[in-house]
Amino acid sequence: MWEQIRSNQMRSAFLIGILGALLLLVGYFLGQAFAQNGIAGIIIAAAVWAFMLLIAFFQGDNILLSVSGAKKITPDNNPRLYNVVEEMKIASGLEKMPEVYIIDDPAMNAFATGRSKDKTAVTVTSGLLQSLNRDELQGVVAHEISHIKNRDVLLMSLAGVLLGTIVLLAWYGTRIMFFSGMSGRRSSSKGSGGSQVLILVVALVLMILAPIAAQLLYYAVSRKREYLADASGALYTRYPEGLASALEKLAASTKQLKNANQATAPMYTINPFRKEGREATDLTSTHPPISERIRILRAMAGASPADYERAYEQVKHQKIIPASALAAADSVSMRAPSAEKETEADRLARTRETSDMMLRMNNYNIVTCSNCGTKYKIPPDFPDPSFNCAHCGNTVKIK
Amino acid sequence: MIALWIVLGILALLIIIYIAIYNGLVGLRNQVKNAWAQIDVQLKRRFDLIPNLVETVKGYMEHERGTLEAVTKARALAEKVQTAGAAERAKAEGELGSALARLLAVAEAYPNLKANENFLALQEQLTSTENKISFSRQFYNDTVLRYNNQTQMFPSNIIAGMMNFKAGEFFETAAPAEREAPKVSFQQPK
Repeated sequence: MWEQIRSNQMRSAFLIGILGALLLLVGYFLGQAFAQNGIAGIIIAAAVWAFMLLIAFFQGDNILLSVSGAKKITPDNNPRLYNVVEEMKIASGLEKMPEVYIIDDPAMNAFATGRSKDKTAVTVTSGLLQSLNRDELQGVVAHEISHIKNRDVLLMSLAGVLLGTIVLLAWYGTRIMFFSGMSGRRSSSKGSGGSQVLILVVALVLMILAPIAAQLLYYAVSRKREYLADASGALYTRYPEGLASALEKLAASTKQLKNANQATAPMYTINPFRKEGREATDLTSTHPPISERIRILRAMAGASPADYERAYEQVKHQKIIPASALAAADSVSMRAPSAEKETEADRLARTRETSDMMLRMNNYNIVTCSNCGTKYKIPPDFPDPSFNCAHCGNTVKIK
Repeated sequence: MIALWIVLGILALLIIIYIAIYNGLVGLRNQVKNAWAQIDVQLKRRFDLIPNLVETVKGYMEHERGTLEAVTKARALAEKVQTAGAAERAKAEGELGSALARLLAVAEAYPNLKANENFLALQEQLTSTENKISFSRQFYNDTVLRYNNQTQMFPSNIIAGMMNFKAGEFFETAAPAEREAPKVSFQQPK
């Protein structure tokens, strides 16, 4: 019914094709400009790209997860999160359960990784876990699972590597060009002076324009992917309000993620570099404005891609969903929220649950006084095997 | 001679189309089976959780014998119709679901029980299992719809008719209210 994947693949191939052509063009003119050998330039450009691709392909996930300081969790560490991920895995029809990681960071964000369907992962920050109720968490996780299901992770990392290679080559290309220009070493070939100058000019213009064009293209696709992931997420949960409400909380939070960088930005639910008060759609942004995403989600009358399309059209006066995904089911009814109004006690319990989990994962011992029931969190370097309870004086043993 | 080649070419094309459609139908039918198995996994899990839950709750809820019995009975009934068709099973499982929801709602009135860590863990597992049942059902129904569309739409309906691809049965719960979120409501029932 919702066969987005095929049309996604077409579109992806198109994007990769354009970026690849741009890269080869840069390589050709660099080769012409320096060695009057465009083919050699193309070969070098392709080699650099292949090298970077290999790294990204085999180590990308590990690099991203270790740079962000993510820790893998088991079902026992945080049953709520693990269960929500499993629920969304079932709803999306994903074959294998993604691994679940947590970043100990008060900022609220999440991302998905995994180049193939066999090894995928969903990562959330502890801040997110602490602030979102079950429906909201489900919304965010559904958005991330959609990125996996729609193959966005693979596409964006392929495109990202191409973009990176173009930027890299152009950067070195311009530096070398200026350097060789200033040292007075003019083109040595005689006779073809005119055409050589022309090639130099074209190469220079290309060096400046190619990275910009590649970046704009990349950002446009990245933003589109976010909308599509929102649409799929709404379909999986049958409850767009969950993600909308989560996004609202994310937007209100002012904390920035500690360990994010430009390269990993498109992976996150919201842009980790978002500045306060920047609302307008920005050409150089990996993510659409949050307020707009919320407005679209809240304008949905049902939970199907067709419903998302109508809401999107109402807000943006454009279309976004590929026709193949709209064909079968027109409207799908939403479900009711699962929880009653959230109480302060719920919030407190969630905070406690999250902080206990983080402490436990950092090898803290959590022990309870057998006499009065007071809970103690013992750091891993606590020297004694037991201590006296501060409330009742009972001796408490540490496991 | 040329006419022969053209006829042969058309024949080959038809065979290729036939194979493609047939394989597509088989693939979809297997997906339906697989999605059904996924529901089974979750229903089985709910079965397994119930004795544990009843055991934990029993001591605290002396006055709720009726509610507990309803759960046990519904579980026995659902277990009996396990091999029956989708419609009958859906009904039995729906009843078990609402009996469980009632039990968890009543449990709310027992603060001692709510302080029991074992119960809290079970409650999370049960809530999530209810969600998983409903999501696997949702995915199953989506898959059945896709499969049924394929068996009814031209031209695949011809092959579906020839090779006896029967329409899949939806997993619908009896009451429309049941179709909403698997809800573990924490309010006293009226």
